[in-house]
Amino acid sequence: MTRLRLGLFLLVLLASAAVAAPWLAGLLGRDPLAPDLFARYAPPGAGFPLGADELGRDLLLRLFFGARVSLGVGLAAALAATLLGTAIGLLAAWRGGWVDALLMRLADGLLALPALPILVLLAAIDPARFGLPRGEAMTDMIRITTILVLFGWVGVARLARAGAITILASDYVRAARALGVSEARLLLRHVLPGLRAPVAVAGALAVAGAILAESVLSFLGLGIQPPAPSWGNMLANAQEAVFEAPLAALWPGLAILAAVAGCSLVADGLSRARR
Amino acid sequence: MAARLPQIALTLVLLSLAAWFAIGLMPGDPASLAMMADPKLTPADVERLRALHGLDQPLLARYGAWVLGLLRGELGFSRLFAQPVWMVLWPALLSTLVLVGMAVALAAVIGVALGALAAMRPRLAPLVDGLALLGQAVPSFWLGILFIIFFAVQLGWLPAGGLPEPGSSSLPFLVLPVATIAFGQLAGYARHATAALGAELQKPFITSIRARGAGEARVVWRHALPNAAVPLLTLLALDAGALVSGALVTETLFARPGMGKLLYDAVMGNDYNLALLALLLVALATMLATLAADLAQLWLDPRIETR
Repeated sequence: MTRLRLGLFLLVLLASAAVAAPWLAGLLGRDPLAPDLFARYAPPGAGFPLGADELGRDLLLRLFFGARVSLGVGLAAALAATLLGTAIGLLAAWRGGWVDALLMRLADGLLALPALPILVLLAAIDPARFGLPRGEAMTDMIRITTILVLFGWVGVARLARAGAITILASDYVRAARALGVSEARLLLRHVLPGLRAPVAVAGALAVAGAILAESVLSFLGLGIQPPAPSWGNMLANAQEAVFEAPLAALWPGLAILAAVAGCSLVADGLSRARR
Repeated sequence: MAARLPQIALTLVLLSLAAWFAIGLMPGDPASLAMMADPKLTPADVERLRALHGLDQPLLARYGAWVLGLLRGELGFSRLFAQPVWMVLWPALLSTLVLVGMAVALAAVIGVALGALAAMRPRLAPLVDGLALLGQAVPSFWLGILFIIFFAVQLGWLPAGGLPEPGSSSLPFLVLPVATIAFGQLAGYARHATAALGAELQKPFITSIRARGAGEARVVWRHALPNAAVPLLTLLALDAGALVSGALVTETLFARPGMGKLLYDAVMGNDYNLALLALLLVALATMLATLAADLAQLWLDPRIETR
């Protein structure tokens, strides 16, 4: 239980930073995007709580706004991947036969492939070819979320399928079928609730994976494009300034660490609570 | 097991097809890049270049031509490096294998030692658990930046990245990247070793060996570890395969010309042929490592049945 609490505490802390970002901007009287070249690499102090970056933007403020992007992409990607994965796992378990074989071979194939280079390849696709405007922060978030979902559903689908096969073979499902319950109602009302626990664990791990993957892509310059802040691209900026502002590299990494550790702790706590 | 090879081949074909179309969706093609590089090129020249290199053909036709060339053993050229692709891929693969091999070996040694310690002294187990959580949650590129700031910038002990002058030792240049990758891996190994050794130490044959008066160190290292090592070795092989491409971030950070950085540079520089072949090569390496892991497990533990 302590793991679950600690994990939730970390996540709530980060989420409140995301919510409080505009309020902090008002308090500091600054814009997270507006450059101020005279404040370049300002040391941590009264004016800039954590110092300023290479364009004189407040690091604490960018960290708070970065939480919106990083947590937003992580949660959206994990939520979509969990929904898709549950649906696919449920379909595979229910239909069986060639549908099951095809879907699970697809999952095996995706798991066998090296994820990172493929993510890099996909991230370099031009959004303009799909009619999305280039260079908008929102486009970047949709683009990265979509890419992460393409890979993220696999883990959830395998767990959901395994759980659903067990439930579909149980006596109460046979009883429900004998009573003439329609297949759709059977799946939604009698099978799906039984999958809550494994799907919740897989979902929490998916959030951790998505936050980490987004930060890696943004760090490589393929994710969220500047000037919009994300923890990943803040680290990319900090890497350029290891001489001028070595402390700038500390905070975004700690934020990613806290987010990923928080999700892992929640997943760990949830799976322990089941036993 | 024999069914695995066609499966690998099919996956590679599907991957190459998917990647081919993904590359088709990227901005810019080689001809328009040539135009940017050389202001003397007129639009008519670019059209001629497109026709000359077959860039005016539909994507699928170009894919067919590319596969036919591949089957004849023509890997083609890298536009970015102006060299045959093989000449670029080979040294990159070697560099990555050295990096990953050293990192996995180091992580395994430290991880197993920590795991053994935790299995022998259960009071230390929460420490290993905490370390494992940390190791999995720390973004490796962040750890790498902190290493650079501390060991290269502040202390000046080690180079921040790149490669040594020809003829001098490459070891100092390997320390920080190896440490970065190893830290991410060793926590997982420690956790696995703790669990596997803990389970092994409960077994009756251990009690009998202890009853005959063997020292605790001998019990753990000589009798429990070999049995616990089977799943661990599988894990090592899997990780090594995944890291051939997973080293991408570390290689980019430390400016090491390995497979990962090559792939990244090729994608960024619109060097399609190189990007595609590098992707297929790392995918093949990953899948072969998985196969090797399964075979090794079969060989080490004959009780596991062949499917």
